[in-house]
Amino acid sequence: MDIDNDIDIDIATLRRILSQCRTIAVVGLSAQWHRPSFFAGSYLQQQGYRIVPVTPAYAEVLGQKAYASLRDIPFAVDMVDIFRKTDDVLPVARDAIAIGARCLWQQLGVLNTEADALARAAGIDSVMNRCVKIEHARLFGGLHWAGVNTRVISATRPAAPALQGSHHG
Amino acid sequence: MAEHRFRPETLAIHAGQLPDAATGARALPIYQTTSFVFDSAAHAAALFNLQTFGNVYSRLSNPTVAALEERVAALENGRAAVAAASGMAAEALALMTLLGSGDHVVAAGALYGGSVTMLAVSLAKFGIEVSFVDARDPQAFAAAMRPNTRAVYAESLGNPSLVVLDITAVAEVAHAHGVPLVVDNTVPSPCLCNPLDLGADIVVHSATKYLGGHGTTLGGVVVESGRFPWDNGKFPGMTEPSPSYHGVRFFETFGDFGFTMRCRMETLRVYGAALAPASAWQILQGVETLPLRMERHCDNALVVARFLQSHRAVNWVNYPGLPEHPQHALLMRQMRGASGLLAFGVKGGEAAGVRFIEGAQFMSHLVNIGDTRTLISHPASTTHRQLEPEQLAAAGVGPDMVRISVGLEHIDDILWDIDQALLQAVS
Repeated sequence: MDIDNDIDIDIATLRRILSQCRTIAVVGLSAQWHRPSFFAGSYLQQQGYRIVPVTPAYAEVLGQKAYASLRDIPFAVDMVDIFRKTDDVLPVARDAIAIGARCLWQQLGVLNTEADALARAAGIDSVMNRCVKIEHARLFGGLHWAGVNTRVISATRPAAPALQGSHHG
Repeated sequence: MAEHRFRPETLAIHAGQLPDAATGARALPIYQTTSFVFDSAAHAAALFNLQTFGNVYSRLSNPTVAALEERVAALENGRAAVAAASGMAAEALALMTLLGSGDHVVAAGALYGGSVTMLAVSLAKFGIEVSFVDARDPQAFAAAMRPNTRAVYAESLGNPSLVVLDITAVAEVAHAHGVPLVVDNTVPSPCLCNPLDLGADIVVHSATKYLGGHGTTLGGVVVESGRFPWDNGKFPGMTEPSPSYHGVRFFETFGDFGFTMRCRMETLRVYGAALAPASAWQILQGVETLPLRMERHCDNALVVARFLQSHRAVNWVNYPGLPEHPQHALLMRQMRGASGLLAFGVKGGEAAGVRFIEGAQFMSHLVNIGDTRTLISHPASTTHRQLEPEQLAAAGVGPDMVRISVGLEHIDDILWDIDQALLQAVS
């Protein structure tokens, strides 16, 4: 993983993706609270995103009906967020493009370059080897409080973090 | 499109601090509060489960302290940082997070006296062993590695020995054994040296020194690179469920800032040596001018070194910024300057050294370094007096050694005070 995770995509692009995408299908979402996918899903839900679990293992996760595959989801999905092994990503990417998602997002440690190329060729955004939760917290407040180098340099007053989303998810 | 990369001068002023979200205040507010209200029971639960990021209690995190943490992380080109109440607290925070009973550390011999005591005495109480080796010899680090070694510890530029660590070579030794290299980068400051870029995995700072820069405030920082493979089998504390924090697996959950989160949630939370918000604010005022100050500290120190070399009352001068210094080439490969710290021996040994210190007019006799003021000390009778003779030798401290932390006064005045004190020393 030699890509420089902080500078391979600019902040403006990530901000646009995270602002435009409001419905996120989380492929491989676990119902176990200590799993990274659950941390990410519950955080994003608290920030006001609609989380759609895609997993054959559960009927429901985070209070939301789970679907066995992306093609089973009966409404529009903006982002497909993938918690799967790199080798298992390609069919998910094909499904994501087929259902009209506008962003294919591969989580930390997931780096399927073929799927990335496929998504870009289809004209949709593609992100690899990053966590949606961490990027959201990095760019919209939160992660800074954990001492993380967010690389955000700006003289613009940010929105108050407490007002960004309901904490009642 | 790639993100613009900001230079250190810009990071020193801006990194980690946007205008205040609540008020628009451009300068950093001091959040002088122990605690932060929860929006709801669900918000409280999410914070305690680490499912969302936010502030709970200032022993864990505080917005003013966070600005310092992120700024130092940015200046070190690191992934994340956590502050502590002093440089020693930062060192303890890093080592107590990394190490447990039965573990072993390979450490440079040429260390700050307090660090030697922490490793040889204080951590030994908890069953942690240490081997001290010659910091100039990467092979000595390799020869001292054991199956239970879990960290290599050294200073990028030794205080007060001024030994230059071959960071890349020693990092290779550490990595060949699957353990992190922890580097105390206090003396060069992030302005002159970035050990993480040279292969180190964790950097610790006494922010009391050049980062704060004005001799007003104690503080320390731990920075992680985000590149160490904690899942190599040697660090179950990073990969197994945490018994002290709800069974969280720090590396799996937080990835490249998992070590910082573990320092914060396991060690800082429990041992409690958190940095005060007012202290973080004071240190940050200093950090804003760090690049300017370091340039002048280095310029003044080089002139002082040359002056001492030519002075009839001086036996020897140790300043790696001098081209004839045996480690000068290594220094220039790794650093952008040699700092304001130098050492010399007065003719007449220990007694003459003491007369020099007592003869100074504005140079201050005290044990700190990295102040705007020129500071002088005699390590054998102060910072290093608790060490045995062989430890003194390993730390590169002779009885005649005088240490100068060259300040920002006019160079002509600094040379004048050194000259008149030296004349008193040898009269």
